[in-house]
Amino acid sequence: MQADSRPLLRLADIGRDFDVSRPWLNRVVEGAPRQLLRAVDGVSFEVKRGETLALVGESGCGKSTVARLIVGLYALSRGRIEFDGLDLADPGTDASALRRRMQMIFQDPYASLNPRWRVRDIVAEPIRVLRLAATPQAERERVAQLLRQVGLSPDDGDKYPHEFSGGQRQRISIARALSGNPEFLVCDEPTSALDVSVQAQILNLMSELQERLGLTYLFISHNLAVVSHIADRVGVMYLGRVVELAAADSLFAAPRHPYTRMLMDAIPDLQMTGKARTPVAGEVPNPLAPPTGCAFNPRCPHANDRCRNERPQLLGDGAAAVACHAVEEGRL
Amino acid sequence: MSATPLLEVKGLRVEFPTRRGTLVAVDDVSFAIAPGEVLGVVGESGAGKSLTGMAIIGLLEPPGRIAAGEIRLEGERIDNLPPDRMRKVRGRRIGAIFQDPLTSLNPLYTVGDQLVETILTHLDVDKAEARQRALRLLAEVGIPAPEARIDHYPHQFSGGMRQRVVIALALCAEPRLIVADEPTTALDVSIQAQIIALLKRLARDHGTAVMLITHDMGVIAETADRVAVMYAGRLAELGPVREVIHQPRHPYTVGLMGSIPKIGLVKRHARLVQIDGAMPRLNAIPPGCAFNPRCPKRFGRCTVERPEPLPAGNALASCWLYADASR
Repeated sequence: MQADSRPLLRLADIGRDFDVSRPWLNRVVEGAPRQLLRAVDGVSFEVKRGETLALVGESGCGKSTVARLIVGLYALSRGRIEFDGLDLADPGTDASALRRRMQMIFQDPYASLNPRWRVRDIVAEPIRVLRLAATPQAERERVAQLLRQVGLSPDDGDKYPHEFSGGQRQRISIARALSGNPEFLVCDEPTSALDVSVQAQILNLMSELQERLGLTYLFISHNLAVVSHIADRVGVMYLGRVVELAAADSLFAAPRHPYTRMLMDAIPDLQMTGKARTPVAGEVPNPLAPPTGCAFNPRCPHANDRCRNERPQLLGDGAAAVACHAVEEGRL
Repeated sequence: MSATPLLEVKGLRVEFPTRRGTLVAVDDVSFAIAPGEVLGVVGESGAGKSLTGMAIIGLLEPPGRIAAGEIRLEGERIDNLPPDRMRKVRGRRIGAIFQDPLTSLNPLYTVGDQLVETILTHLDVDKAEARQRALRLLAEVGIPAPEARIDHYPHQFSGGMRQRVVIALALCAEPRLIVADEPTTALDVSIQAQIIALLKRLARDHGTAVMLITHDMGVIAETADRVAVMYAGRLAELGPVREVIHQPRHPYTVGLMGSIPKIGLVKRHARLVQIDGAMPRLNAIPPGCAFNPRCPKRFGRCTVERPEPLPAGNALASCWLYADASR
């Protein structure tokens, strides 16, 4: 098979607002205006076939919302999402057929598995819904194969989720995600609820599966070290926007956006090289009242008047892009 | 290390009697903390690190109980104090910081009320003086404009600021020991770094001993002087933080360190070191060394005889590999 150079997934200027207004009666009585929270605002990127693109950022930056917009758990407010060249929102495309080719793995394996179902049924549900097995016998064999693939025993299918540890539950989630033969997996913090030694097992498993099945991953995480380990390319998000997008090697070797630099500085230094850490000032601003201009300007040591008034665009080529006036002007 | 430790824990054993037998959650754990020292206690979920902390501050939830061992604060035994006397020790001589700042603060009182109440409970001062003290504490933990913030309610603070209030609350009576249980886990990395720096500065300035309980080796590396690694309720390794991180001796610590993804050091997509299996449940701890079923270096003695903490370099490792070195 010829390697396909077209991107598997393309996001074009997508956005999502959440209405966080007070109830209608309060608005009428108190004269309070409608209030919109721009959770994701103008995000564009492409995911190539077979690669792992990671989105990183602190809580509230909109990374999980992007994941949910892609798999269709939220509707878009603006922009478009193309999967394999087809617009998911276009009535002419069979969106459900496209969405079958993507699956999602969630953060909390305690909440994402139905406690009343046996593991066998949890893993088989997509097979049944999508009618992928001709006979009950074929379905049983497929489930057994999936469980073996994620390092569990086929006999585990008879048990209930509570009989498994956190790491084993996440393996079950992965088996369920793979049961519909997807090409694209959206993984929302898949290892954040796990202990480090279990996290290592799951990350190794995900790498193996990607190699064996040719999967494409969108990997959402707040942990830069995990991202540096698993990602080919990395997008850094801040307050609903992508501020830097680059190949993992170059991003971690030479971060360009001041926010990316700050994040890198904030990671505890496990090697104890004794390098001085720049203390990080301030906190993420209230997303209901984001600062004008660049959202990072109140915390940025390089901010000037332009940063406070004009919003920077994500500039650069496909390989590396950064949304920062200081970088654009060569001040940084 | 100082000759008189501030906190001394000897042979601590915490049990949970259940209908199906007694579960031993902390088993024969001994360590000491010197004044001004930060001891990191690290381990995965269920390793017994939080229960060790709870036993020290006297807040074990029944039916959990201290079944053996002793805990001494400045030479005085505190593990067998009656509850009302222990309540005076807690807050006055031991301060506690927990993971979730929102549940540690009462949402119905302003932070000023909570600070003043705590100060009045433990120190012999009047109300005006207590408020002055509360203002100083808020300033010390880095809350901007304390005069305005002191009359705010907890929900008006962000997560990082709330954790600073909790730290101020723990410091109210100038305790000699602070037990901090996952103080940065609920916070974003950029805020986490600020809180770590704050804890370190306070320990140094006040000569307060800190027991820092966390699952995050990075936080330990940044903050602690010495580190205790716990596994299945037992102490696996105890030593200076540099030594344990750069040259771990216990096979569990070796595996734990290898399984942490590191930026720039591990080749991308290379496999992480992984410890197969999982930590045993408390009702199924294997005989001998608790780690032996997962240990790549296991030999005959490991499955029958439980290892004592043995000297390994400048550290102690509960592993039979170091049995000869100690002779």
